[in-house]
Amino acid sequence: MSDQKTTTTPKIPAQPGPKPVLLEVDEVTLRFGGVVALDKINFKIYEGEILGLIGPNGAGKTTSFNVMTGVYRPTSGAVRFRGEKVTGRKPHQISRMGISRTFQNIRLFPEMTALENVMVGTDSRHKTSVPGALFRLYRVKPKPEELPQVTATSGIVRTWQEIRRTCAKMFGLSRHILEERAAEAKSLELLRFVGIADRANDEARNLPYGYQRRLEIARALATEPKLICLDEPAAGFNPAEKEELLSLIRRIRDMGLTVLLIEHDMRLVMGVTDRIVVLEFGRKIAEGAPAEVSRDPRVIAAYLGEPADGAA
Amino acid sequence: MIDKIRSADRRRVSMLTSVGDRFRALPKWQQAAAIVALVAFLYYLPLLGIPGLTWLRTDSIAGGNNWAGVLFVCAIYVLVAIGLNVVVGLAGLLDLGYIGFFAIGAYSVALFGSVNSPVVKWIQQEFDLPPTWAVTWAVCLLLSIVLTLISGVLLGWPTLRLRGDYLAIVTLGFGEIIRIVARNATGLTNGPQGISAIPGPEGPPSGDNKVFGLIDAKPWYWLAITMVLLMVFLVRRLEHSRVGRAWLAVREDEDAAAVMGVYPFKAKLWAFAIGAALGGLSGFLFGSRNAFIDPTQFNANLSILFVAMVVVGGSGNMIGVSLGAVLLAYLPERFREVADYRWLAFGLAMVLVMILRPQGLIPSRRRARELKDRAAAAEEAPAHV
Repeated sequence: MSDQKTTTTPKIPAQPGPKPVLLEVDEVTLRFGGVVALDKINFKIYEGEILGLIGPNGAGKTTSFNVMTGVYRPTSGAVRFRGEKVTGRKPHQISRMGISRTFQNIRLFPEMTALENVMVGTDSRHKTSVPGALFRLYRVKPKPEELPQVTATSGIVRTWQEIRRTCAKMFGLSRHILEERAAEAKSLELLRFVGIADRANDEARNLPYGYQRRLEIARALATEPKLICLDEPAAGFNPAEKEELLSLIRRIRDMGLTVLLIEHDMRLVMGVTDRIVVLEFGRKIAEGAPAEVSRDPRVIAAYLGEPADGAA
Repeated sequence: MIDKIRSADRRRVSMLTSVGDRFRALPKWQQAAAIVALVAFLYYLPLLGIPGLTWLRTDSIAGGNNWAGVLFVCAIYVLVAIGLNVVVGLAGLLDLGYIGFFAIGAYSVALFGSVNSPVVKWIQQEFDLPPTWAVTWAVCLLLSIVLTLISGVLLGWPTLRLRGDYLAIVTLGFGEIIRIVARNATGLTNGPQGISAIPGPEGPPSGDNKVFGLIDAKPWYWLAITMVLLMVFLVRRLEHSRVGRAWLAVREDEDAAAVMGVYPFKAKLWAFAIGAALGGLSGFLFGSRNAFIDPTQFNANLSILFVAMVVVGGSGNMIGVSLGAVLLAYLPERFREVADYRWLAFGLAMVLVMILRPQGLIPSRRRARELKDRAAAAEEAPAHV
């Protein structure tokens, strides 16, 4: 499980200059019958940046997310992730390539606990399938800290613990158990990272709204993505919560991830993003640094000029 | 009236959950002791003679059926319920043709194990074997599991792309197809005449069988309950693994699961195959105990009964569905007065459960993990995020 990490992480060049392209949306068009949802969209996401994707309602923001994550297949054009074609692959393959996302309308697994929700994400990097979970014959040599601990000082309990430790040393531990432990530890760590570890054992449907939003982010992070796409993560948040979310997004970037952010709240977008892409009616109308974009007359006309969207 | 029942039901459930929580709070050795006691009781059941409990026995009423025989039927129904629970309860696929797998399991022991089956006769001719030759019971056991597993995959492969109601209709058709093929493929299955002399663990049924005879059902029950316990153990392992989480995730939100790296098709296919194998195992025991099967024993009614067991018991919860299976198999035997109206009674029960308690008698509840000690350990050595 760890080798995947080391082999797929490219060395980011130390010298300054243009950062490598992580994801490239190349002339993507998507039609639903006569409706053109995306019209020859082009943009690039560079490694380590926070890119904002904005636009009025119905501009095609979520649709472009869906194209990137394999939910829709574009009519023409292609999405490339680190030079590899994403279009045509199934969502779970794309997820394993390193693209993860949250949903605008929260889509957690309501009957599962918060921890299990995140564990579904961590599972995507694990390998145990039905035979492995049933018979546990696939053994791995455990690291010293993974061996069963001998805690009792004396008596039959100690003997038993010693037997278990020796067996684990001799025959190894089943991969299933090690993966299960790793998944649980990592999920808990992520719940702490987004700040909802206190309700790890609650079913997702019983969590308060803000917790559900953050749980979605934790679940998306659990798949060990290179690129995380947040679809209106601040929807319905009050200013204090938005502030918290801002710092969370920055911390995610500091972990080495690239963030693609759809957001309606202009202050939030301006405050956190490095660059912004503006869509309107399925077309890209502007791209650039937040300050440039907010001065662009077309953007003002299309987006900021509409109080229903821009006033939030 | 309905409100009164609801509030009573709520009290019952909170009592049940507190029982569950208290059980989980017990020290491990006490839990183990409780489980051992329960298992011992299950093995003791056919001999049940505790004063005050003997009224439970079905032969305590006039004309009642053999108690151990009824228990055996309960056990194979529990096996069916556990299997169907994987498909319906965990993976969320409504399978109305489960009887098909049950039938395949029963027919695979009949076709390969009985000297009267056309298949065995053909093999005897082809390979110059003596007319008493047939495949051994133990091999038939493996065969029936493997064959139903394969049939589960074969049915699942094309149909699992369908969702919800469409899948239910296709599987309903599958159950009927199996029965109709068994009825009409005379050259293969003897058609409506059925197949007799299906072997048990001691070989084909005869008066010489000491343990697994036709009269005494107790050993059969013990065999079945052993299988049930083994399968409960195995399915539990699956439930609390990566695979089990993938099933739940697919049940809850297939698209979100796919985006999180679960391949829904694969997860569903596994659920289907495992469910099928369990149904096949149950059918195998049924055929083996009955020693005679014919296509009329596998009608669509039973499929509905199987789904009813899962839904009434509480889909997604193994204890719940087992209870559902036992209730639906046992009650008509003990209360013969209602046996004639049992479909009516089941229908009423289903409607009541749907109104009062859509999640079943013992609803599934996610296991809370013990995080405290691990959390401390994680603090010491933070996982790489």
